[in-house]
Formats: sequence, C-alpha cells, structure tokens
Amino acid sequence: MNKDLVIIGGGPAGLAAAIEAKKNGIDDILILERDKRLGGILQQCIHNGFGLHVFKEQLTGPEYAQRFIDEVEKLGIEYKLESMVLHLGEDKKIIVLNPKDGLFEIQAKAVVLAMGCRERTRGALNIPGNRPAGVFTAGAAQRFVNMEGYMVGKKVVILGSGDIGLIMARRMTIEGAEVKMVVELMPYSTGLKRNIVQCLEDFDIPLLFNHTVTKIHGKERVEGVTIAKVDDKRQPIEGTELFVECDTLLLSVGLIPENELTRETKIEINPVTNGAYVNELMETSIEGIFACGNVVHVHDLVDFVTQESFLAGYGAAKYIKGEKSNSANKFKTKGLNGIRYVVPNIIHPENVKDAVNFYMRVSDVYHNVNLIVKDGDKVLYKLRKNHVSPGEMENVKLSKEILQKVEGDELVFELEEVAI
Amino acid sequence: MIKNMTCINCPLGCQLEVEVDGEIKVSGNKCKRGEEYAKNEITNPLRIITTTVKVEGGDRPLLSVKTDKEIPKSKIFDIMKEINKVKTKAPVEIGDIVIENVLGTGANIVATSKIQRAD
Repeated sequence: MNKDLVIIGGGPAGLAAAIEAKKNGIDDILILERDKRLGGILQQCIHNGFGLHVFKEQLTGPEYAQRFIDEVEKLGIEYKLESMVLHLGEDKKIIVLNPKDGLFEIQAKAVVLAMGCRERTRGALNIPGNRPAGVFTAGAAQRFVNMEGYMVGKKVVILGSGDIGLIMARRMTIEGAEVKMVVELMPYSTGLKRNIVQCLEDFDIPLLFNHTVTKIHGKERVEGVTIAKVDDKRQPIEGTELFVECDTLLLSVGLIPENELTRETKIEINPVTNGAYVNELMETSIEGIFACGNVVHVHDLVDFVTQESFLAGYGAAKYIKGEKSNSANKFKTKGLNGIRYVVPNIIHPENVKDAVNFYMRVSDVYHNVNLIVKDGDKVLYKLRKNHVSPGEMENVKLSKEILQKVEGDELVFELEEVAI
Repeated sequence: MIKNMTCINCPLGCQLEVEVDGEIKVSGNKCKRGEEYAKNEITNPLRIITTTVKVEGGDRPLLSVKTDKEIPKSKIFDIMKEINKVKTKAPVEIGDIVIENVLGTGANIVATSKIQRAD
C-alpha cells in the first residue's frame, strides 16, 4: 500500500495534523489508531475544562475529541482502528498489524508521529513490597472507571499530585470511595492550581508535600501503604514513617513520551523532553517524518497540542508538495537559567508561516522574573512573570519578521531575576 | 471568622484571606477577579459535575455526562445519587438530555459522548 501521508496515532494530535494536512491539499492520508475508536486518551477524560484556548468554551474530553472526529469524517480522511504500528523505517516504510487486514506494509511519502505518552508505573519508582492487586496508574484507573465501568477501590491513597491524580481523587470521591490523601514527593504540585482547589480542597482531601510512599503492604490485595517524609535530597527520613490503611494506591508520577518507534527509526531524541528534536515545521531529524503533541513533549493543555499538531500537518503537506525550503540558513534554540527546554529546537526562518510559538518549561518555582529571549547579546523579547512553575508550560510567540532577523546560530531562552 | 482560599482564575494562585462575618472582605488578591471569586465561593459555590451513566445496547458500556450548567456545590452527592439510578439506551448523541432539571436545580444531565448501537 502506498500513501502520501500516514499519521501514527488517532488522538487529538493525530486528528489535528490530519485535518490541517488535508486542508493544505493532501488527499491521500491514513490515520492509524491502536484503540477501538478515535480520540485517544481524551475519551477517558470526561471532566471539563478542555478547549478554552481553541474554542473559547469549556468542553469535556470526549466532546473536544468529537469535534475533531467529526471534522475528519466530514473531510473524508481515511483511518484504520485497532491498528498497531510495529515498525517505522527511515525510508518511511511502516509495518502495521490489525485483526482485519493482518500484517501489512505501507510506503508513505511523509509520516506524522502522534503516539502521545505513557504513564510512569510502579516499576519506574521501585516501591518495595509484594505485588498485590490494587496498584494502578491514575490513567489506567481513569479508563476503568470512566470507560469500562469498573470501580477500582474503596479506600484510596494517591502518590503524585499531577493533574490525572488530582482529577482521579475527585472522580473516586464522587463515585463513593474514600480518598485518604495525596502524597507528593516535591515541595510543590505539578498539577494545575484549579485542580488542586476543585479536586482536593472541595472534598477536604489532604495534600502532603515532601512525602513519599516507602512500602506497599498486602499480598493478595493492597492493605495499606507506609508513607514517610523526605529530606531535601528526596530521601525518606527515618522515624517519620506512618502506616495508612487503604485498598488502592493510584500513581500519578509523571508521563513519558511514547517513543519506541521513534527510537527504532533512529530519530534524534532530546534527553530532556524524551521526545524527538523538531524544527519550525515539527519535522524530526529525518526529513519527511514529523512529530506533534505529547510524543514530542508532555503538555498540560490539549489546546496547545492541537495548535502544535496543526503545524505538523501543515509542515507535512509542505514537504509532500515539495514546497519546503532546504536552505542552510538556520539557528537552534536553547533554554538556560531556569528554562529546562524549548520546543521547537531548530528554526529555518524562511519555512515559518506567520510566527513560531515556542513552548517551554521552567525547572523550579520562581517569583518575579523576566522571561527573555536573546540573540547573542540582543534581547528580542522580554516578559515579566509574577509566578512560573514546572507544572504550567510557558509559551512565547515570535513573528517570522523577528525570526528572519536573528543573526547568531542560537536563540537563547532564559529567566532573569527582577529586583523589586 | 477568616477563611483561607486559593484563587483559581489564573496560574498565579493568589492566597486569599476572606473575612466572612457580616460584609465579606477579601485580601491577598492581586486583581479584581480574586475578590469576585472569593465572594462567589463564600455565598454560592457552583460546580459542573461530570460523570457517567450505564448504557444498554451500545458499542461501549458507559456514557459520559455532565450538568449543562453549574449546580450548587452542596448538591454534588445528591445529584450523583440521581445520576446513578438511571440507565440509557444506545444510540446517544452529544447533548442528548439524560435527566431533565435534576433535583429542581434547573440543570439538565446531558450526554458528552457519542454512543452507537452495538452491531
């Protein structure tokens, strides 16, 4: 089978990329999705708050997804469900497996990687104890409760205050479970403020900072956990252990871009984001292979995923039509002094449509700082920030005009303290 | 009495101190939205509920639903009881009303996902 554009992943990133590529003149598109329906993880995120940036209204996950699914159907974009991609070659040959067609091969002209991310599990944390039933990642529990119709427990402890953990604290509570506490290793939450208030404070669920789970008790089923305070090196402090009785432990301890395929294809991966290095069109280190959404870096708002994915679809269309410029004029982006990473990583100014939206995360909580962008010693952009935190992604939009004037080979993004 | 709360209007998350006896006085807010938020939270806190109801004959077992407008926070658990009593039948479209005017709040419980009939 030959296709102009194959999109791996039918979640919000893949759908948006497909729509934008189609609108830019590419007709021969195929979306490959391994689940039974399109929409990705949004289908299990039944809470609202999605779409404020893109649609200026509050939608639930399935509602947000459906808008893009409807558009894909309307545009007549082809998709295959229950289709698992096993291999992607540097030559853009894709090996796929599904129950209807069996094992088959597609030769694509361009590929968009939109596989999203996966949760860190108990194995990634090495929590001592047996392996009783009742230990779930928060997202797996979310799928059981919201899509499959199974309640996962009655007395719950949640480790990690990421957004999914917070949202599951509320979800389990209104479904009748008792959520005893949320335990957070760091001195701050990586979740959005509104989730801490509306998911924990609304229901008087305690949030313990600088604490972790040091043991899981129980053999057949979880019977409790030991929690302990940690020091500033994040090591448990002896003597602070406390036993908490529970039958369920939910883990909300971070997300990792799903880059098994990307690695196998030998696409260059940024060790900070665990996602591919991308350029101004979301193109990876292999020409014609693009990436967008949580597979590039983990976002906290789906709205930003959508915007980034439109760009990948636009870039893929440009590449297929041979309209992409290959001139050597380019520069890199870099985060310094409190900016952990910046996406995209390489900019060819002549390929930029109107502007580039740079996304970045800070490495700690800072108050009263300037977010500045520098070309050598020249400051191109400066914005005062009263408060930044690793839990809330920052973005800076720079116009094509500004980007074309960059003289150095590196654009530096950094935080600068402001004297009050 | 003084109540502490966090403003959720923006990422700043101002720590508010709210005096709730007599006239409500808010401090700690860096902008006007904080004051408004605190006053609403004290006098009439409102929330959207999102949950699921069972579906018969559908391509999946659960339908996601929400209240189509905000309801008083104090009624969350009563409304959940009402929602847990109902079952729907496939097919369902987004926006279909599952419960009308739930507990006299003026809010309807509406579908937020599309369910097709199972073949």
